[in-house]
Amino acid sequence: MTRLRPTVAEIVEQTLALYEDLDFSYVRAWKSKSTSRRAVGFMPVYMPREIIHAAGMLPVGVMGGGDRLDIIKGDAYFQSYLCHIPRSTIELALSHRLDSLDGMVFPSICDVIRNLSGMWKLLFPEKMARYLDFPQNFDPALGGRFYRQELESLRSALSELNALPPQDSALTHSICLFNKNRRLVKALYDLRASKPWLVPTYEAYLLLRAGNILDVEEHTQLLEDYLVRVESEPRKPMDNIRVIVVGSFCEQPPLGLILTLERAGCYIVDDDFVLASRWITADISKTGDPLEALVEAYLKNSTFHSSKFEGSTPKWRHLIEQVKARQADGVVFAAPSFCDPALLDQPQYEKGLEEAGIAHTTFKYAENTGQFQNIREQIGTFSDSLKLWSEAP
Amino acid sequence: MTTPPAARPPEIHKEPSMLLQKNMLADYFTRVSKAREEGKKIAYTFVPGNLTELLHAFDVVPVYPEINALQNGMRKRSAKFILDAEKIGHSEDVCTYVKADLGMLLNGNVGPTGEIIPEPDILLLSYTGCFTFMKWFEILKQHYPKAEVVMLQVPYQGEGTPTPAMREYIVRQLRESVIPAFERISGHRFEEDRLREQLRRSAEAEEGLVFALQSARRRPSPIDAYFGGVYYIGPMFTAFRGTPECVDYYDTLREEIQNRIDAHAGPITPEGPMAEEKYRLIVEGPPNWTHFREFWKLFYDEGAVVVASTYTKVGGLYDQGFRHNPDDPLGTLADYCMGCYTNLNLPTRVELIEKYIRDFEADGFLINSIKSCNSFSSGQLLILRELERRTGKPGGFFESDLVDPRYFSAANIKNRLESYLQMLDQRRSQAVA
Ligand code: SF4
Ligand code: SF4
Repeated sequence: MTRLRPTVAEIVEQTLALYEDLDFSYVRAWKSKSTSRRAVGFMPVYMPREIIHAAGMLPVGVMGGGDRLDIIKGDAYFQSYLCHIPRSTIELALSHRLDSLDGMVFPSICDVIRNLSGMWKLLFPEKMARYLDFPQNFDPALGGRFYRQELESLRSALSELNALPPQDSALTHSICLFNKNRRLVKALYDLRASKPWLVPTYEAYLLLRAGNILDVEEHTQLLEDYLVRVESEPRKPMDNIRVIVVGSFCEQPPLGLILTLERAGCYIVDDDFVLASRWITADISKTGDPLEALVEAYLKNSTFHSSKFEGSTPKWRHLIEQVKARQADGVVFAAPSFCDPALLDQPQYEKGLEEAGIAHTTFKYAENTGQFQNIREQIGTFSDSLKLWSEAP
Repeated sequence: MTTPPAARPPEIHKEPSMLLQKNMLADYFTRVSKAREEGKKIAYTFVPGNLTELLHAFDVVPVYPEINALQNGMRKRSAKFILDAEKIGHSEDVCTYVKADLGMLLNGNVGPTGEIIPEPDILLLSYTGCFTFMKWFEILKQHYPKAEVVMLQVPYQGEGTPTPAMREYIVRQLRESVIPAFERISGHRFEEDRLREQLRRSAEAEEGLVFALQSARRRPSPIDAYFGGVYYIGPMFTAFRGTPECVDYYDTLREEIQNRIDAHAGPITPEGPMAEEKYRLIVEGPPNWTHFREFWKLFYDEGAVVVASTYTKVGGLYDQGFRHNPDDPLGTLADYCMGCYTNLNLPTRVELIEKYIRDFEADGFLINSIKSCNSFSSGQLLILRELERRTGKPGGFFESDLVDPRYFSAANIKNRLESYLQMLDQRRSQAVA
């Protein structure tokens, strides 16, 4: 029997339901199929999900609670001058919504997430909680070697969860599955950049978020379906400006904010949302030692980012290249309040953009921001001014 | 955050060690300002996980932007600097040490003593215990394009203990990347014996610091291990470790404290010897520098003595037994870098403070939560709960900032401290009843 591809509307409905399900029911259902199944959560920004997958487990991206989670206990754990994502993540856990996760990985991105790994150890001692350090030295013999040891240690911690020894063949298989997934995510981003009227960011974003939770093969299928179906959607180009959104890599903007940007006249042609699915920018080698392949991919083919040290090259160089490659008209800095990594980078980016004559605008948000009127006006003005500029004789 | 001080508030009551430190600092800033003329290379670097002995072994002069920021905070110059950094686009949300430093740079890089701090030849990024360090030096690199950035990544003790892999990573970076870079830039060959000599003196001075810190176990405590403590760590955590002056400083300090012990005397405050010791407290978190004396006064006026603090461990946990080991020069630098306080995970921090509460027979503990510093502050409310649960001792929670005076409210802190101490009184009277 041939499988009927879901329509775009059905895909959006499915991904929205996944996005809104703060109880992670999908994870529960996935685990219920076998008693040996385990699920392991990870925080932004990047996680080599292949390692979790190869251990026979579901990697689950936890990106805070968004704007639909009431914070009842979480605020008591964080001062007012810290960002919002750690409090909503703690809230999810204390309200038992993360009970289906057998462990959590806290990748090295900033001191808030780093310290959250220790809080997890104190609050949930029965659960695996690992901090995963990334190399800041990109020499394979130094940083590469260290990162490999980190991954080996993570691998053995995972194998304690289901008492299955790690297998290289399984890891190679996982690498292949995620390579395919990444290629389709890239295709989605490329299509959005070339025909932004066809792929609203609202939809692309939901698809990406679905990849945080769905089994990789299921997600790959969904991406394929969407890419085929969306081509025949009756969508028409509008007089929007093309922008890149920067700074939203960890605590995510509420969906309403993404919609606001689009409605205020922007086509988002690139962004740094949900980076775990796009961190590695080329296929990971499926030959040779698979752990080494993951290391090499990190060292050589990972995207530019605030959490990676740029000692010698100016911070803004990659962003300007991205602006050119995506033919963007401008950059929107949208960072969560109190996000040191994003906010400390911003003036550097701005300097570079100004020197290159690229327009930009800036605002801050929290994942639970509910009012977008000011942002709508600001972005509307930004968009109008860019249009005027481009129409000027 | 991270830093010790050695400051010079006006009209302060000064002990010999303070006068000595004052002169050491003045000499140091003069040395820094003249380094170029003398053909010396200059490295900007951070306090936690600093490689001062290694820099000395190359005859490179270290400059610590954190120290400049805190010194400018104490001299009430940081407010303008922070505003200047915000004017060029830096967010009000981020670490104020970075902004105070940038503001100083924007105003001609005139250091805390009025002498110009020369541009760096090297930006030695000892990335230990604080993510912001990386951002800070990326920003500085843009201002000093000719400076070479040398990165030493020190892995975080996420699982509570340093592993051999982490140690090996640091040693290899030192050997294969940091030392060759210093050889190239300084023009001096690396001489291990020179480093060993420095490390030997470091270990000697470290004994003196530990003597000072441990003296607070006595009743009355002869020192204040937070407000006084930040002076005591000054030479050790900065440009002096490994030098003969540093050894001399700790000899002087030891003698001074021994005299107080012999006399059953309490700490010396800026207004002279402290009266009766009424409360013994532990403090977690850095101090506020812009109102440092005012902050301290709130404590000594009430007879509250800090007997141990975590801030005095940002440059190493010598009190827990670590000493630089001249027989394993690179390995010991690795151990040192990994062991700094902000590189410890949260459970280890809780255990350490719990130990302090017990070992120093504290009546309670306070947390000074610093708006600037995610490295210290994130998770402190859980530290508070855990410690109360484990020790049964009450905790107090303050909020301020390091060098941004906008976030220091003396009235608020005074109220909190007073009600906290009243609560301690009540507990005592209940215990007696
Ligand atoms: S939002 Fe920014 S500061 Fe907060 S946890 Fe994420 S990266 Fe860290
Ligand atoms: S975040 Fe804290 S540790 Fe880091 S530079 Fe700022 S004050 Fe220092």
